[in-house]
Order: sequence, then structure tokens, then C-alpha cells
Amino acid sequence: MSGKPRLTYLNGRGRMEPVRWLLAAAGVEFEESFLETKEQYEKLIKDGVLMFQQVPLVEIDGMKMVQTRAILSYIAGKYNLYGKDLKERALIDMYVEGITDLMEMILMFPFSPPEAKEKNLDSIKDRAINRYFPVFEKVLKQHGQDFLVGNKFSWADVQLIEAILAVEEKIPAVLSGFPQLQAFKIKMSNMPTIKKFLQPGSRRKPPPDERYVETVLKIFKK
Amino acid sequence: MAGKPKLYYFDGRGKMESIRWLLAAAGVEFEEEFLETREQYEKLLQGGSLMFQQVPMVEIDGMKMVQTRAILSYIAAKYNLYGKDLKERALIDMYVGGTDDLMGFILTFPFLSAEDKEKQRAVIVQKATSRYFPVYEKVLKDHGQDFLVGNNFSWADVHLLEAILMVEEKKSDVLSGFPQLQAFKARISSIPTITKFLEPGSQRKPVPDDKYVETVRRVLHMYYDIKAN
Repeated sequence: MSGKPRLTYLNGRGRMEPVRWLLAAAGVEFEESFLETKEQYEKLIKDGVLMFQQVPLVEIDGMKMVQTRAILSYIAGKYNLYGKDLKERALIDMYVEGITDLMEMILMFPFSPPEAKEKNLDSIKDRAINRYFPVFEKVLKQHGQDFLVGNKFSWADVQLIEAILAVEEKIPAVLSGFPQLQAFKIKMSNMPTIKKFLQPGSRRKPPPDERYVETVLKIFKK
Repeated sequence: MAGKPKLYYFDGRGKMESIRWLLAAAGVEFEEEFLETREQYEKLLQGGSLMFQQVPMVEIDGMKMVQTRAILSYIAAKYNLYGKDLKERALIDMYVGGTDDLMGFILTFPFLSAEDKEKQRAVIVQKATSRYFPVYEKVLKDHGQDFLVGNNFSWADVHLLEAILMVEEKKSDVLSGFPQLQAFKARISSIPTITKFLEPGSQRKPVPDDKYVETVRRVLHMYYDIKAN
């Protein structure tokens, strides 16, 4: 089918933000429908467009795709951001899955009770510094190339730059022990499509605020 | 390098079970090393074998693969269980995403208190019968084919059978409103590699028990305080 992909989600980052990043990085324009009320959500379910009654939903190439990973894999495959063979895909998948685990902590953070927030922030910092960032620091140091996999820009690079910036919003000095990642961040941020996405007025969504949390709870809580 | 894949995990289902299912379905023999002590785990960590300090880990084709989804995708593609093109892969990924979410409710089950287990059992059955099973029932009904995607056996079929059997262990008549899934279950179970995996003596692991829970907690120093969904 033709036409731009259409994203249906709340007007905020959540689970759709990696999809916005990847489409933007691939230079693909897209449209968005924002869920604001419970009624809109219930109508989508009633109309049978949400396979498992959940968003994200991305209408692309005649499909009503759900399941964030499935959507991202499809986009990566379609726009040649998934490596050149099975082994490169395996590496990209491993890196992306690891980063996704870190991003999941950030995703959940706004919804944690106030008394747990400090502990959760410490966990994010600990995981970023001790579990995830060292892996990518080492990968970049060992091969000395600009990109994580196969000397070519891929989904893994997009996911990593997204994660670095998201963690930095919470822990500004988090890259201080990671010179390779500092250089990576600059290189990725200067790639034309990413640079455009990082400018004001792009489709990138701001960090979740209280209003976003309220909207999520209003729409999805039973 | 060549040789059988080697799986590093506890002697139990957990996140490794879907990998055992897929390798078995593809007719691929594999070896297993079972984590029983904290020392074994620390040795793996110190040896740098665990990219993100976690298991599952699978040694396959010269790689030390981690992250269950990455491992499963690799196996599916390598053994032609991932559809014939990008769109079939997209369908398989969507379907597997659903069964993965469903099995996620069961994954934590053994770690819950007795009271929470009863609550969670109800959640599992409710999600299965109102959110997940109807989707696959409809897919099978609409195209009338034996397999979920592209009229060809794929990872999606293996994953769905695994999920069906796991939910049935929690409520044995859960398929009663789903005639297509009943037929699907019988059909896929009778595929030779799967029949073999379902027989006693295979590498399929039993329903996790308290001993399994103790082992996981002892080795990982984690999962002491899991709540129901």
C-alpha cells in the first residue's frame, strides 16, 4: 500500500518513541493519531484494529501492526537497518534487546510511587553504568568503527543513541566514564536524519510529565 | 564453531524453555549446562560469557548469544521457521509477541505466594481466553490452513503450542471454547519432532516447583519478592 505510516498512541514517548526514532532515522515521514480519551481507545478495540487490544499500533504497508518489537523489526528490515546477514542481525538483536531492558526501567519510572522513585533512579544509574554502557563502550573500542555492527548504520545505533539521551535526562553525567560512547553520541547526533529529529518541531516527544502519566492512567486503568 | 548448540540455564523452564521448544521442533539436538550454584554463575560472569550478566545464554555457531528474543529469532531464521518474506516475518513477530506476553504471566507464577498464585491463575486464564486465544482462533478460522502463517510450519506455531500447553496446566479445559485451537493443538503435537519433544525423556522441562524457585534465587540472588499482576 502507499501513503505514510500512521502511528496510533498517546501524545508522549512510552512504547512508541523507539518507533518514531527508527522511522525518523530512516528518513521516513509518518503521521500520528493521538489517544486522548478512554472512549477513543475503546472504539479502537471495538473496531477490531488492535490485535491484542493494545497500542502501539502502526499502520504500514497495508498492515495494522502491533507489538513494538515486531514493528521495529519490520521497519529495520524494510529500510536496511538490520545488518547484511543472519549473524549481523543476531548481534543487532542482542544489542537492541539489552538496550530495551534498560529503556524499560525508564519507561516504568514515571509510574512508580514517589517513595520508590529515588531507589528506581539509583537502579537505572547502576544498570546503565555497570551493565549496559560498558558493553557498548567495549564493542566500539574493540572494532574502532563508527557504528556498532558491520561498519554500517543500523537499528542498534538508533536504539543506543535514544537510550543514551534518555538516561542523560535523568543522570546528566552518566557518560563521564565512557569516552567511546561520548564520541558515538556526537557522531550519531550529527547524522542528518537524526540531527533533524533532535531539533525542535520534530516528532520527538518530550520526557513524560504528570499530565502524560494522568492520561495513561485515565485511558488504560480499569 | 560446529557442534551442537549448548544452552546455559537452570534445570527448569524459565526463559529458556521456548528455546528448547524451537530447537526441538527444528530437529536440532542440543546440549545443556545447568546452573546449580552461585559459583557456577560467577564463573560464567567472570569469564565474560554473559553479555549483560544474564542467562539464558546459548553457544551457537561460534557466538555466545544472550537475550531470549535474539536467540529465538536467530534459530527461527536459520532453520527456515521465520516465513518467506518480510511481511510473513512481521506476522510471525506479532503472533509470537502475543504468546510471549501471555507466557510472561506464567513465568513469574512459581515465585508468587500461595495467595498470589490463585489471583495470578485467574489473570492467566482471563488473558488467555479473552485477549490471546481468540486472536489465533480467528486467524486459523479465517484462512482454514494448518499453520498460522503462510501455510507453512513456523516459529509462531511452535510458540503457540507451547503457550496452549502451559495455560492448560493451569486450567485443563481452557480450550473448551476454541475448536480451531483444539484441532491446532492435535495437529502440531503430531508433527514428529514435536511428538518426540512431548514424550518422557526429552529435554522438555517439567512445571517449575519449589526446588526450581530456590535454585534460581540461590544462584541469582534475586526474585525474592515477586507480586501478582
